[in-house]
Amino acid sequence: MKRRVPIFLTAFVGIIYVVQFFVPHRPFSGMQDLLNDWVQIIAAFAIWLGVLNLMKVSGDHVYRRASGWPLSAVIIVSFLATSVVGFFFSGGERFQDPGTPFDWIYNSIYNPLSSTMFAMLAFYVASASYRAFRARNREATLLLLAGFLVMLGRVPVGDQLTRFLPEGYRLSNLADWIMNVPNKAGQRAIMIGIALGTVSTSLRLILGIEKGHLGGES
Amino acid sequence: MTGLDRLLTLDRRWIFLLIAISVSIPLFLHAEQTITITPEVRGISDTVANLPAGSRVILACDYDPGSAAEIQPMTVTFLKQALTRHLRVIIMGLWPQGPQQADIALREALTDPRVAAVAPKYGIDYINLGFQSGNEVVIQRMGSSIPATFPRDARGRDVSNFPIMQGVKDFSAIAYVFNVSAGYPGTVEWVQFAGDRFHTRIGTGSTAVQAPQVYPYFPRQLTGVLGGMKGAAEYEEITGFEGKGTRFMLAQSCAHVVVVLFVVVGNVAFFLSRRRQRRIGGEVAGS
Repeated sequence: MKRRVPIFLTAFVGIIYVVQFFVPHRPFSGMQDLLNDWVQIIAAFAIWLGVLNLMKVSGDHVYRRASGWPLSAVIIVSFLATSVVGFFFSGGERFQDPGTPFDWIYNSIYNPLSSTMFAMLAFYVASASYRAFRARNREATLLLLAGFLVMLGRVPVGDQLTRFLPEGYRLSNLADWIMNVPNKAGQRAIMIGIALGTVSTSLRLILGIEKGHLGGES
Repeated sequence: MTGLDRLLTLDRRWIFLLIAISVSIPLFLHAEQTITITPEVRGISDTVANLPAGSRVILACDYDPGSAAEIQPMTVTFLKQALTRHLRVIIMGLWPQGPQQADIALREALTDPRVAAVAPKYGIDYINLGFQSGNEVVIQRMGSSIPATFPRDARGRDVSNFPIMQGVKDFSAIAYVFNVSAGYPGTVEWVQFAGDRFHTRIGTGSTAVQAPQVYPYFPRQLTGVLGGMKGAAEYEEITGFEGKGTRFMLAQSCAHVVVVLFVVVGNVAFFLSRRRQRRIGGEVAGS
């Protein structure tokens, strides 16, 4: 029973979505709308579940004084402070309005910290390119050349460096060609592969062959 | 330790320092740069420019502050172009931070004299519907009813009270969707669930990392692609709303040149050391 009900529900919901795609009329359209609403509600609960899980894991870290526990304490304090400020001191549902304490936290703390984390990527990319981006074989050399041309071609300096060439043959044109021809071809092949994989996995789920999502072996 | 060994074991803090210099100094400099407009960017600009005044467009903000450096200039420019073209902009997000980023962009766009001259009003010319959980299912639900998916705006007010939402049932009332995206859910989901399913016209502004993934959709499933900060700069150039995308191009140019130089130096050192190892290996074998 524990396995049959989820398998039946998966098959039922999957079939509704498939049928609705080909027959977008009542009763299937109404059923799909209902299921979509449920997904949105479940997704909203999942956010809370994620938050509670984060608090539990971080709380455990602090309680056990595990390695890096001060960082877990920062997570808990930041979460509670932001939530309390957002819920009680920022005008209720207008908490995102300019000038509210929540808006200040978002713009003055969260925004710069988040941007900093992403900006640090540039430093690690540079360091990694220096150490690992090597023309060891033919494939790596091709990748290196493509990366080299795209990096220079995607900024104005690329065209400045090749200004002596006729228009249409400059670095930016070469970069565009790489993006539009080899890149597109490769990406499309990947997309088709993913799509076929998705279709086969979905069919296995709907037919009850794949049971991995129930926590058991498929 | 030879110079070659030093190069191969270069302390990465030197690399960090050079990158920091190459990015930060150009931010304070001004240099005339020629920004070539690509067909992908022209596709966005032309589509927006050719929409009849009063058309409703969706600005779907699916990114967070982490990718704002690249994407925020696109959002700002799109708002400027749309509002000065008298289009009605419906803002929403599948990422929790997206609509708040749009609010920041809106504040910036409204300070532009050309936008201020139009005097756009909330609820009439633009609205922020906020975030909705459910990823691509939200897009699918919008296909049958936008008001049912977003019954209230980002401030909790009933959307049916706003003139901009009068007569909006589903995607058939939307002339164009401009999705600014930094990952999942984002452009791929908009193409699959709004474009392919409901034949909605879509354009995208993506991070440079994500752009190669969405290129295959251009020009049939996407009217255009703004890829990274270069895309933002091109969009600013073609619309005439110069902003951060154009200003930061010099810093990005310098950073790219430095990274390319690092790759070249790293490879030269690698080949020299390989040749040295072979030579030593040959001498050992010979003796």
